Amino acid sequence: MIDHPPRVPKLVCPAGSLRALQCAVDAGADAVYLGLKDATNARNFAGMNFDDGQIRAGVAHAHARGAEVLMALNTFADARDPQPWFRAADKAVALGADALIVADSAVMAWCRDHHPQLRLHLSVQASATTHAAIEFYRERYGIRRAVLPRVLTIQQVAQVARNTAVELEVFGFGSLCVMVEGRCTLSSWVTGQSPNNAGVCSPAAAVRWTDRPDGGVDARLNDVLIDRYAPTEARGYPTLCKGRFMVEGRREYALEEPTSLNTLALIPQLMDIGISAIKIEGRQRSAAYVEQVTRVWRGAIDRAAADRAHYGVTPAEAAALARHAEGQQHTLGAYERPWR
Amino acid sequence: MTSMTANASPHERIALTVGPVLYHWPRAALMRFYADLADSPADTVVLGEVVCARRRELRLDDWIGLARELVQAGKDVVLAAQALVETEADLRLLEHQGEQAEFAVEAADASALQLLAGRVPLVLGPHLNIYSRAALVEHAGLGATRWVAPVELALDAIALVNPPADRVCTPAGDPIATEVWAFGRVPLSFSARCFTARHHGLAKDQCGFRCLADADGLAMHSSDGQPFLVLNGTQTQSAALQCLLGEAAALRDAGAQRVRLSPCAQGFGEVLRDFDAVLNGRAPAPLALARWPGLGVPVPFSNGYAHRRPGMEWSPS
Repeated sequence: MIDHPPRVPKLVCPAGSLRALQCAVDAGADAVYLGLKDATNARNFAGMNFDDGQIRAGVAHAHARGAEVLMALNTFADARDPQPWFRAADKAVALGADALIVADSAVMAWCRDHHPQLRLHLSVQASATTHAAIEFYRERYGIRRAVLPRVLTIQQVAQVARNTAVELEVFGFGSLCVMVEGRCTLSSWVTGQSPNNAGVCSPAAAVRWTDRPDGGVDARLNDVLIDRYAPTEARGYPTLCKGRFMVEGRREYALEEPTSLNTLALIPQLMDIGISAIKIEGRQRSAAYVEQVTRVWRGAIDRAAADRAHYGVTPAEAAALARHAEGQQHTLGAYERPWR
Repeated sequence: MTSMTANASPHERIALTVGPVLYHWPRAALMRFYADLADSPADTVVLGEVVCARRRELRLDDWIGLARELVQAGKDVVLAAQALVETEADLRLLEHQGEQAEFAVEAADASALQLLAGRVPLVLGPHLNIYSRAALVEHAGLGATRWVAPVELALDAIALVNPPADRVCTPAGDPIATEVWAFGRVPLSFSARCFTARHHGLAKDQCGFRCLADADGLAMHSSDGQPFLVLNGTQTQSAALQCLLGEAAALRDAGAQRVRLSPCAQGFGEVLRDFDAVLNGRAPAPLALARWPGLGVPVPFSNGYAHRRPGMEWSPS
């Protein structure tokens, strides 16, 4: 049994652009994470991510202010040409990244063999849901931190923490995957592209909006109708698992309603468990989102660190996060699991 | 265990693996299903509950008893590990699977790899993310005998990961065999949440085992009536059945020495016989495909993943 001392978790924030990186660092992020402009990371979206020069500038900006830069290399190397994944790892070292966030054993082996000094964080895409799974990657590849899948309850998170010496990072805020990360191919079933093989889910290129005669709108991925909106209904991006479907003649959100994860209220518990870092989701979101969400979390973590007994989420914090929550809903997500 | 050779000649038999039953069938139905398999052309049978720890029609001892009977009938048997390992009880089950010495275990996550490597022979199951040769090399070191490719991996990629002429080998020098998902609804995702219970308005811990009623899963259609997915407790499957019956040559070119057939509630014995007759004999695929729906085999079929297309697409060969 490992007794992690209560600690103040590091705040790890998303950077889809150099501007977002600067906003996160200036708003108080302890670390930012970013990816290259290609399929080597799980937010491979047009118009975002970093080239070499931008990484250099971002590392300089972060390091000058005492913040770390983590590089996400968290898709699975392509059998036809794994070299871009290995080159990306080389690049992380050359450009001064503080750690690499990895999911593929092929990439981890490359780092172990060629960059033994490089700090490795196990990506959520590696789906390590137990201390045994984390130990597998620590023994073989020397991972120093594991990002836990969002499916775990807080009791399960505590159980993992009690049994591993590896630092743990949990998601704090952002879009919620209801499926275990790294184990979902719903997107490639419909579009050919998935988080594992292309770094995308429900890619924009496959989205088709069609007006209906009644004034409503159909949202399709390729040819599959993901959701059908009445004329006055608010419309959301047709992420496959968040659509409405028919089950036994009833139309419902059969997999997941559009919701956001928010564990702001759980900060003291996460500190007690000994969680090392809290991650904010959203490299695809705007710099303004990153700035505002980072500021809220910085303030809350600092307040909890100063006086845990009297910690509570303020109405202003709740309102600020509500503005950015997908579907304008909040949930404590799987960490509390009201549906268990 | 089936012998493995470095090169898959055009006439080499493609072995048939019956995957684990992914649905919640009552004990009697499971026993009947496996009794029927004893006289089938299946070479290998994978036994165990992969999807949900709450399903306990058979316990580990029951599975092992069944496994021994199938061995008596001449089958190679592998025990299946649970796909999503979350609790200490889940980890204990893996420990118990590692304590027996009779059967290989098919690993489905890194917890299984950690707890079983070096203790029992391993099969690298389809839920492990092995997408490149370098990744298979990493896993070969764990004592694996066989690799079941991830469902979304195309045949051209499978050929590159474990080429028929240059197979990845274990440290002992044994070549790893490739197995390809060739029949059945495709497991596309896992969640801690039970979608069947959610549909019935029940909490997971008080689910009433409603999934017992869905022998082939609970159908989920798009709003315009297209069969799309199937809810199977915490697992989400495709509605279409991936079917590579007509792709014997492509399978051999990709180095597949075995195919995996995932059980369905009706007609599965005929499916097995047809796969054997088509892949290893001279029977034509279209005749079998036309016949299956009449036997209660679910439709439609798909083969997009095999050809680097969206998985749900179907192009008859």
